[in-house]
Amino acid sequence: MTGWLDALIQGALLGGLYALFAAGLSLMFGVMRLVNLAHGDLIVLAAFAILVVATKLGLDPFVAVILASPILFVIGFALQHVLLNRTLGRDLLPPLLVTFGLSIIVQNGLLQTFSADSQRLRSGAIETASIPLGGGIAVGVVPLLTLLSAIAVILVLNFIFYRTPVGRAFRATSDDLEVAQLMGIDINRIFATAMGVAFVVIAIAALFLGLRANFDPTIGPARLIYAFEAVIIGGLGSFWGTLAGGIVLGVAQTIGARIDPEWQILAGHLAFLLVLVVRPRGLFPRALD
Amino acid sequence: MALLETRNLTAFYGDFQALYGIDTMLERGETIAIIGANGAGKSTFLKTIAGLIHGADDSVLLDGAPIGAKPAAEIVRRGIALVPEGRRLFASLTVEENLLIGSYGRKARGPWTLDRVQALFPILKERRSSATPTLSGGQQQMAAIGRALMSNPRILLCDEISLGLAPIIIADIYASLPQIKAEGTSVVLVEQDIVQAMKVADRVYCFQEGRLSLSGRPRDLTREQIHRAYFGA
Repeated sequence: MTGWLDALIQGALLGGLYALFAAGLSLMFGVMRLVNLAHGDLIVLAAFAILVVATKLGLDPFVAVILASPILFVIGFALQHVLLNRTLGRDLLPPLLVTFGLSIIVQNGLLQTFSADSQRLRSGAIETASIPLGGGIAVGVVPLLTLLSAIAVILVLNFIFYRTPVGRAFRATSDDLEVAQLMGIDINRIFATAMGVAFVVIAIAALFLGLRANFDPTIGPARLIYAFEAVIIGGLGSFWGTLAGGIVLGVAQTIGARIDPEWQILAGHLAFLLVLVVRPRGLFPRALD
Repeated sequence: MALLETRNLTAFYGDFQALYGIDTMLERGETIAIIGANGAGKSTFLKTIAGLIHGADDSVLLDGAPIGAKPAAEIVRRGIALVPEGRRLFASLTVEENLLIGSYGRKARGPWTLDRVQALFPILKERRSSATPTLSGGQQQMAAIGRALMSNPRILLCDEISLGLAPIIIADIYASLPQIKAEGTSVVLVEQDIVQAMKVADRVYCFQEGRLSLSGRPRDLTREQIHRAYFGA
């Protein structure tokens, strides 16, 4: 019994990581209907960026990510403004092709620069610290921080979306692109701002990706799949749904692993398929879509 | 100099030409009405002025300055607001948020503030937290007009504001026009309801299949002239 309870708790904590992967994707799709096939690779790229900043400046990764966030906001803003805005339109194919190409460039660029060796972000004693919950169950501090960060990210995103003028513009643009322009909203700028925010979320996801496990230049596409599954399980357009989607995926994986270690990944995909069959619009779809 | 002028205005949807050489003029404080059958190009005309469809830059002049090729976001900043056909409120924004987004990114300059718009249409204050799809058609139209006013426009473009509404509601909405005009706003109305258009407009333009078929002051136009310009018979 303890084993199953442990699997449930660890799964929920793992779900925090998947929710972080998914939050940025959810934001991009929610505002500009952009399906970003490079999302996983951008997370890996950000993890390498944090690694470089932390190593070169001798900083803790938590400090490095704070320093890197404004820079990543600018990079995200520029990427959208210069490249991705040109691909958006009635045709769905150009953004898919361009982000797919971006994914290949990022992966190969990282392989060229850092080799295929596994890397890890180091943050001292916190990496192995855990909190005993009694009954033989303990939760790691880093996994707990991952889930708490995911909740914090979603609280902040909800605040931006529902309590600020720029969030109002995000929602208006998502509702009706043409009428949004009649309100004086520069949609290229709004999309670029949304991508900048998504890049900050990517940086936070990258931090916990690198702290929780090894990473190398080729693991991006699998993170993309988890992120997609979390977004779709949760229902498009709801950040809390994305968190729930991440947790469903995480719990399914740890329960699967508990049954048989080989079933971990498969169990996550099966849970995703099951949600698609039972609730094709996800668990918490936005009412008006 | 006219406040707004179109000169030889043309508009295209891909290869299809929707407007042919339209010349119109709007003086300060004036209301003009564009009438015509379905597909005559009335909405296209408003969309072209509002910057949703681009033409030659000098085919639309605001205070003599060319704006025909400017993007919509810039045109609204220059003082032209469009109330689009079908209201097109933002469904995921509340009524009040729909009004606030009308002044997005600009400091309030001019008479129209949230309070003032809510005073013009008190129901919008009462329903301020509601989701817009729950409003009646008339309330939605008021919200759409209020949203456009929040940008404090010099020119208000209204596309079929009476469409699908009961006569008593149409009368309510048209009753707000004098207050809007009193703030110095000039109005361009696109209207299928000819009687309503003739009642409020200083001048009328009739379109037929993308061409200007008639223009003049309502009192100078005969029923036969309008009939011929409208239907081409």
